[in-house]
Amino acid sequence: MLGISKKKRISYLVNLAIVFLIYFGISTLIAQRVINSYYSDIINMMLINIILAVSLNLVTGLLGQLVLGHAGFMLVGAYSAALFTLNVKLPFTVSFPIALIIGGLAAALSGFIIGVPALRLRGDYLAIITLGFGEIIRVIANNLTITNGAKGLYGMESLNTRHNLTGMFTYIFFIAVFVIFLNFTFGTSRHGRAVIAIREDEIAAEAAGIHTTYYKLLAFVLAAFIAGVAGGLYAHQIGLIDPSKFDFNRSTEILVMVVLGGMGSITGSILSAGVLTILPEALRGFSNYRMLLYSVVLICVMLFRPTGLLGRSEFSLTGAFEKIRSTVGGNKKNAAKKEG
Amino acid sequence: MEFLSQVINGLGIGSIYALVALGYSMVYGIVQLINFAHGDIIMVGAYTVFVILVMMNLPLWLAVLGSILFCGVAGVLIERIAYRRLLVHEAPRISLLITAIGVSIFLQNLYQLLFGSDPKSMPKMFAFAPLQFGGVQLTSSTIINISVSVVMMAGLQLMVNKMKIGKAMRATSEDAGAAKLMGINTNTTIAFTFGIGSALAAVGAVLYCNTYPQIKPVMGGLLGLKAFVAAVLGGIGSIPGAMLGGYLLGVAESLTNAYISSNLTDAVVFGILIIVLLVKPTGLLGKNTREKV
Amino acid sequence: MPVLETKNLGIAFGGLQALQDVHFSIEKGEIFGLIGPNGAGKTTVFNLLTNVYVPTEGVISLDGVNIVGKKTYQITQNGIARTFQNIRLFKDISVIDNVKIAMNYQMKYSVLSGIFRLPSYWKEEKAVTERAYELLKVFHLEEHADDLAKNLPYGQQRKLEIARALAANPKVLLLDEPAAGMNPTETKELMETIALIRDKFKVAVLLIEHDMNFVMGICEHIVVLDYGRIIAEGSAEEVRSNPKVIAAYLGGE
Repeated sequence: MLGISKKKRISYLVNLAIVFLIYFGISTLIAQRVINSYYSDIINMMLINIILAVSLNLVTGLLGQLVLGHAGFMLVGAYSAALFTLNVKLPFTVSFPIALIIGGLAAALSGFIIGVPALRLRGDYLAIITLGFGEIIRVIANNLTITNGAKGLYGMESLNTRHNLTGMFTYIFFIAVFVIFLNFTFGTSRHGRAVIAIREDEIAAEAAGIHTTYYKLLAFVLAAFIAGVAGGLYAHQIGLIDPSKFDFNRSTEILVMVVLGGMGSITGSILSAGVLTILPEALRGFSNYRMLLYSVVLICVMLFRPTGLLGRSEFSLTGAFEKIRSTVGGNKKNAAKKEG
Repeated sequence: MEFLSQVINGLGIGSIYALVALGYSMVYGIVQLINFAHGDIIMVGAYTVFVILVMMNLPLWLAVLGSILFCGVAGVLIERIAYRRLLVHEAPRISLLITAIGVSIFLQNLYQLLFGSDPKSMPKMFAFAPLQFGGVQLTSSTIINISVSVVMMAGLQLMVNKMKIGKAMRATSEDAGAAKLMGINTNTTIAFTFGIGSALAAVGAVLYCNTYPQIKPVMGGLLGLKAFVAAVLGGIGSIPGAMLGGYLLGVAESLTNAYISSNLTDAVVFGILIIVLLVKPTGLLGKNTREKV
Repeated sequence: MPVLETKNLGIAFGGLQALQDVHFSIEKGEIFGLIGPNGAGKTTVFNLLTNVYVPTEGVISLDGVNIVGKKTYQITQNGIARTFQNIRLFKDISVIDNVKIAMNYQMKYSVLSGIFRLPSYWKEEKAVTERAYELLKVFHLEEHADDLAKNLPYGQQRKLEIARALAANPKVLLLDEPAAGMNPTETKELMETIALIRDKFKVAVLLIEHDMNFVMGICEHIVVLDYGRIIAEGSAEEVRSNPKVIAAYLGGE
């Protein structure tokens, strides 16, 4: 039916079931206060980082272009969303989703404005121009009255209340799931193929009839949109934002998550975003050596696995299961041969 | 007159950017790496001066020489330990970039552990009374910065164009494969480039210490970024370009500080970068290359 | 009416006149050869036809419409597809995706249909997969559909590149040294394949080749370039006996 094979449909269902299982598991633990608010905040931050890493993967992994100002798009999204919820007289449950979309659109618009001129050029220009954008947008936020300068914005509401401990988690979790899903389906659609073709060989892609500027812009603006949404989530998750939270270091942090996990590998991005959020928290006891250790790990991984931990491959439960089955099956066959 | 003073003042600060930009430019020219650790080499250089001059109380010339040597060696070592393996295996360039970011974080945190995160004050090093030319006042640091940077660039230009190692550098950046076939040891050449670039950053660090009173472990971050901007502005891979970019940046900064607002300096710097790239993607003095089809 | 025609085509790089007054016309379904010594400007002709370089003078008309100034991807969509002298495949993706990418512009479903997997996604993807398999079968590549392009042996990479060009549904197929690096058996097989695709896909083929047996054996019309100018043209027989051509190749006067 419509080309969906039975196997694929089963794998979709399995993945959907796993997603809901994880959701109900964690949200029950949070609601029952088994996971306290400190840890649930870390989980939320981890999910936001996953969203950011996966969105950057669209540009860095699929398109193969370097971005050094992803935090800039996050800033645009965070401020737009926060300004909306702070100034609009609507119940927060209504204004919050609208704010997220506004944050995404504002970031997408800035991505478009930067992308149009920058993506015409080949090479590292996008990296340099996004770097410039990230710095400029931060300086602007530092100097405008509407953004309240270096003090930033505060007093943003949260969906979490005394009686509802999982409000933010639910939102962030399902947006993260959706972004991962989107990354996967986009990557395997005709548009994603065109983007990958540009990564592989821009001249050949153009010669194959691909409108390269359009597809570059598409991937870039989509990534900026998602980063904007992530910014909106972030602003309301932590309740106060200021420009210093979106500096160059933040941009490189996101880039590191993508490259470390394996460029182009969505599961790799998820994995490393998760680990890199938890690791610094876990290393709090060694706070002096924490960043030193982090940098050494980073250098070593790059030296010995230059394509990242997972390379371009994806980790999937069904895939892992198949692999185990085939190795076990293979052994059986070999054994049978020996007996024969 | 006020305007002219600001411009000259800007040239003085721009000299520091220019010296650091040279390192970015040479390294990018030869291995296409935006070496984010390069900014932190300035910090290493500044702390070396601090250790020798203030902590060990040794003479100034020793501090300067020591800093240059130490940074040169550090540059070579960093290339050997953190980059060589990736360069030899022709790993994706982005992996190299992440490694450079790793080295940058490492250096910043190492120095924070060694010296603490609070700033250290530096004594005035080469101070003499300001000179007056008509209504324009030249401070000692401005004069020293500009003259040192000009001498350094001339020396570097001479080395790259006339000396054997300079020719090897140009050949390697043009086509590393062909250079290898012609019997050039590209590994040594690349290491040498890192060494020279880092030594120049140390000179920049000395000038920095002479210009600004304080140093701290994270000082290399923004300084490095701006020096990189200078390199791109002038045309990456071009020595006169890096100098021009550095001076322009310094002047733009100084004028923005004086006539607009010191809060907006960074925005102006990066704004100029974006505009220049859009109008002339290869930078002011960069050469055009076209991919062969 | 010829399917592809150039008039007074020329380009100068700086002061160097790389091509001058290049004119030829290719009929529908014709196999047309472009030969000449190294550096004569053959690949530059391809680069002009596909607007990788912009000609400094002249007209290129495809089906009677001037295409000078159109973007490379538009020219491909209008009906000129090419291969490259140094193979340019999408190395790190599968063989079949290489072919599907060239069919991209013929597909219609939107970004949202792709993301949300709407019925139009499934329908078009199914159709395109079938078409891609058909095409791979012509080149005996269907068994390697899911392999990475970079893992194919050299000869098959050349074939895949031709398959990819055909996937763009061209009226004119430009082949830049398709037989380079092939052994005599492979070359012979390639000649048959080219004749076959001309008949099957009703395309005109313009090819650059150094292997004279190949060119003489397959091309119905040949143009000879030397120092950026046409020095001879005609059938294989006519070109072969032309003293100017012999002089150009042997370097004599």
